[in-house]
Amino acid sequence: MTSENVERLLIQFQDENGEVLGSPFDVPLDITPDKLQLVCNALLQKEEPVPLAFFVRGEAEVVSSLGSCIQTLGVETEQVLPVVYQPQAVFRVRAVTRCTSTLQGHTEAVISTAFSPTGKYLASGSGDTTVRFWDLTTETPHHTARGHAHWVLSIAWSPDGKKLASGCKNSQICLWDPVTGTQIGKTLTGHTKWITWLCWEPLHLNPECRYLASSSKDGSVRIWDTVLGRYEKILTGHTQSVTCVKWGGDGLLYTSSQDRTVKVWRPKDGVLCRTLQGHAHWVNTLALSTDYVLRTGAFEPATATINPQDLTGSLEEIKEAALQRYNKVRGSAPERLVSGSDDFTLFLWNPAEGKKPLARMTGHSALVNEVLFSPDTRLLASASFDKSIKIWDGRTGKYLMSLRGHVGSVYQVAWSADSRLLVSGSSDSTLKVWDIKTGKLNMDLPGHADEVYAVDWSPDGQRVASGGKDKCLRIWRR
Amino acid sequence: DHHERKRKKESREAHERSHKARKMIGLKAKLYHKQRHAEKIQMKKTIKMHEQRKTKQKDDDKTPEGAVPAYLLDREGQSRAKVLSNMIKQKRKEKAGKWEVPLPKVRAQGETEVLKVIRTGKRQKKAWKRMVTKVCFVGEGFTRKPPKYERFIRPMGLRFKKAHVTHPELKATFCLPILGVKKNPSSPLYTTLGVITKGTVIEVNVSELGLVTQGGKVIWGKYAQVTNNPENDGCINAVLLV
Repeated sequence: MTSENVERLLIQFQDENGEVLGSPFDVPLDITPDKLQLVCNALLQKEEPVPLAFFVRGEAEVVSSLGSCIQTLGVETEQVLPVVYQPQAVFRVRAVTRCTSTLQGHTEAVISTAFSPTGKYLASGSGDTTVRFWDLTTETPHHTARGHAHWVLSIAWSPDGKKLASGCKNSQICLWDPVTGTQIGKTLTGHTKWITWLCWEPLHLNPECRYLASSSKDGSVRIWDTVLGRYEKILTGHTQSVTCVKWGGDGLLYTSSQDRTVKVWRPKDGVLCRTLQGHAHWVNTLALSTDYVLRTGAFEPATATINPQDLTGSLEEIKEAALQRYNKVRGSAPERLVSGSDDFTLFLWNPAEGKKPLARMTGHSALVNEVLFSPDTRLLASASFDKSIKIWDGRTGKYLMSLRGHVGSVYQVAWSADSRLLVSGSSDSTLKVWDIKTGKLNMDLPGHADEVYAVDWSPDGQRVASGGKDKCLRIWRR
Repeated sequence: DHHERKRKKESREAHERSHKARKMIGLKAKLYHKQRHAEKIQMKKTIKMHEQRKTKQKDDDKTPEGAVPAYLLDREGQSRAKVLSNMIKQKRKEKAGKWEVPLPKVRAQGETEVLKVIRTGKRQKKAWKRMVTKVCFVGEGFTRKPPKYERFIRPMGLRFKKAHVTHPELKATFCLPILGVKKNPSSPLYTTLGVITKGTVIEVNVSELGLVTQGGKVIWGKYAQVTNNPENDGCINAVLLV
């Protein structure tokens, strides 16, 4: 086909929120995404070219050429076609391929594992009542924190990476210093049944990282003042166990419970703002669209180095940096909340605005154990006991694809910092790394001897840590 | 000699003490018995303490095994081998037409119990009419047959529209409208009449619960089995069959 006979088409670049960029362009049908990228970058006038992905009318992605995409869609070529461009992460995280070390030391199953916000420290909680800190450069044990009397069910790093909070089955919460491995302050007691989830106040709201929210089986949520060592507020209202608590960046607290509701609170005065109803069985998990940026605080994954460093700067600088990152990820739309439940469905909510869900996502054939937004908030992954992971659109809740491959219930998932890869741990003792762009399995990581209970990807993208019933913590690298 | 006598006196002390306790009467006896009672309590306590020192106790401080993460805590996991055999068993039962219900066997109720003979006629000799003595469900838009021809009378006082249905996993009870009687285990005649006794499988309207199928369609009818005797209690309690 000569260049004169190729059809031409009018397209208009739009960004995700609908704002147009420049004026309509006349392009040939066989234009490829690379050329589109050049044009768009020129229009954006940034110093460095940003990698972009293009979606025709916001739905179908342009993969090989504009022509093939239009053919599959069946769009008429007379009108101006809106093409949405989405900036992808500048840095690229490489898939983990090998297990570099098996860290033994725990004498019972490893129940929870988490990297610190900068990726410098790794902590794991286990059924032998200890929390262990691991040195990542040598991949050996660093400290063992003893202080709990029962299984350590949940751990949470403060967003500045200086403190780790851990909750146990005896309803106690302890704070630890990762550098020395000793306890900070005194043990926080008050709950009557075991702690199900811990969540710190976001960095941009309070750079001192003082307040911590904990949810428990006794149906209450307590907000603790870690400096004074006592609880600040108790939020009661749920009639059954509270399964998850998330502290949003807009000053609202979200809790999900086994009484089939999700409640929205204002942590400043402890007032219940809204109750979101709709689920038909226990609500197991919550995910906020800004989860990842709240977790990493002021640390920008794009600036990561081989040796992770601590956060530097005064409290003001850190707060500014965190606030900037938060605003960039959040954009102009308010935070979105997704809840996954035992009734095999997920609900997408806009909790700050109204009680009605934005979308109900059905399709799983067994209970949904974990939901996670991707770090760029565009995608949503749901892990379920029916051995599959489903990917949904983060904005509308539309179903995108299913990732099948596990032969046992999928327990936990973790996104890589650039939102291109997903790692999942399951009861069949394997981890699998999935490539989201193709929807296919990237790497299969066998090695654990028994069920994998906890998975985490470090924010600098270098390592994946997984722990399970076989009492070992495994670190995987490229 | 002194030691011998001392030893013997001490051994006689127990007998003398008991002789005194038996023979004493009056106020003196009351005071003595009170004192002795307190002494005996103390003795028993010390003996028990000594015994405890000897026996070994289970260490309560040891943490139990089988640590699971928080999301698995409230769930009783079915072992993997069981899941496969359960699937096969369910397939076989489906083929045979047998269904798993919470109350598999119920007492069959005879006609004399459920239906009462109503005598009619000038001399009250005709006995072809029957009145239902148990709770029943008649659908909406039910109209009686002309009284001259109706054989089975279902009194309005015994007609119910709602049932208290318990969800077995959530352990919550909802008051849901009945859609119909699916099967009465005693007799197919009772099923057609709509008689509800213990063990009857009824269909209830569950749109209130918000259950959804995989495809996204809302489930609005489910089966439940009655667990009480409604004619004795005045209400229908049922358990949802999930």
